[in-house]
Amino acid sequence: MARSLKKPPFIHYKLAKRVDEAQAAGKKNVIKTWSRSSTISPDFVGLTIAVHNGKTFIPVYVTENMVGHKLGEFSPTRKFSGHSGNRKEGK
Amino acid sequence: MARIAGIDLPRNKRGEIGLTYIYGIGRSTARAILEQAGVSYDKKVQDWDDADLGKIRGYITESLKVEGALRSEVQMSIKRLMDIGCYRGVRHRVGLPVRGQSTKNNSRTRKGKRKTVANKKKVTK
Repeated sequence: MARSLKKPPFIHYKLAKRVDEAQAAGKKNVIKTWSRSSTISPDFVGLTIAVHNGKTFIPVYVTENMVGHKLGEFSPTRKFSGHSGNRKEGK
Repeated sequence: MARIAGIDLPRNKRGEIGLTYIYGIGRSTARAILEQAGVSYDKKVQDWDDADLGKIRGYITESLKVEGALRSEVQMSIKRLMDIGCYRGVRHRVGLPVRGQSTKNNSRTRKGKRKTVANKKKVTK
């Protein structure tokens, strides 16, 4: 179900503040966040954001193409390491 | 012989159906096209005269994306998803369902033919 257009895209307010600060101060260090449901707005482009996947923070370098997606889409929550017996492909 | 967008339309079908042989045109789009051109849905493809054909062809080339152009657009969108490394892109890459369907059983359209594993342990009760 798509979000109603009368509302602005959801960005966690603390994350939005951190992003504004980082953009104002010129590209700074990585921003850690748990807010996977925040939409990537054009302000994010060029920053690296560490998105929590439930266990660790995955650094995501935001490019222009990613605008409009959610942060969580870039931080996989599942790890599939192949089936038993599939030794050749196993990592 | 009616030839639109590089596709030969079947001659003895109704216009509404005949147009759906073009990639990117389904029933409702076909109806919209015929309405624009002022041709009856029920008129068979072989009964179209040159004026009808011209109008239909004009409408399609002007305001629709069909066949090769549409296919490449779809491919580009998928490629974009794969390049940015988002979840949907990853699912396209590994050839599994993209929209959250269950993969414990079925989802054979995406996974392809069953790959049987030799000596797979049966579940014991």
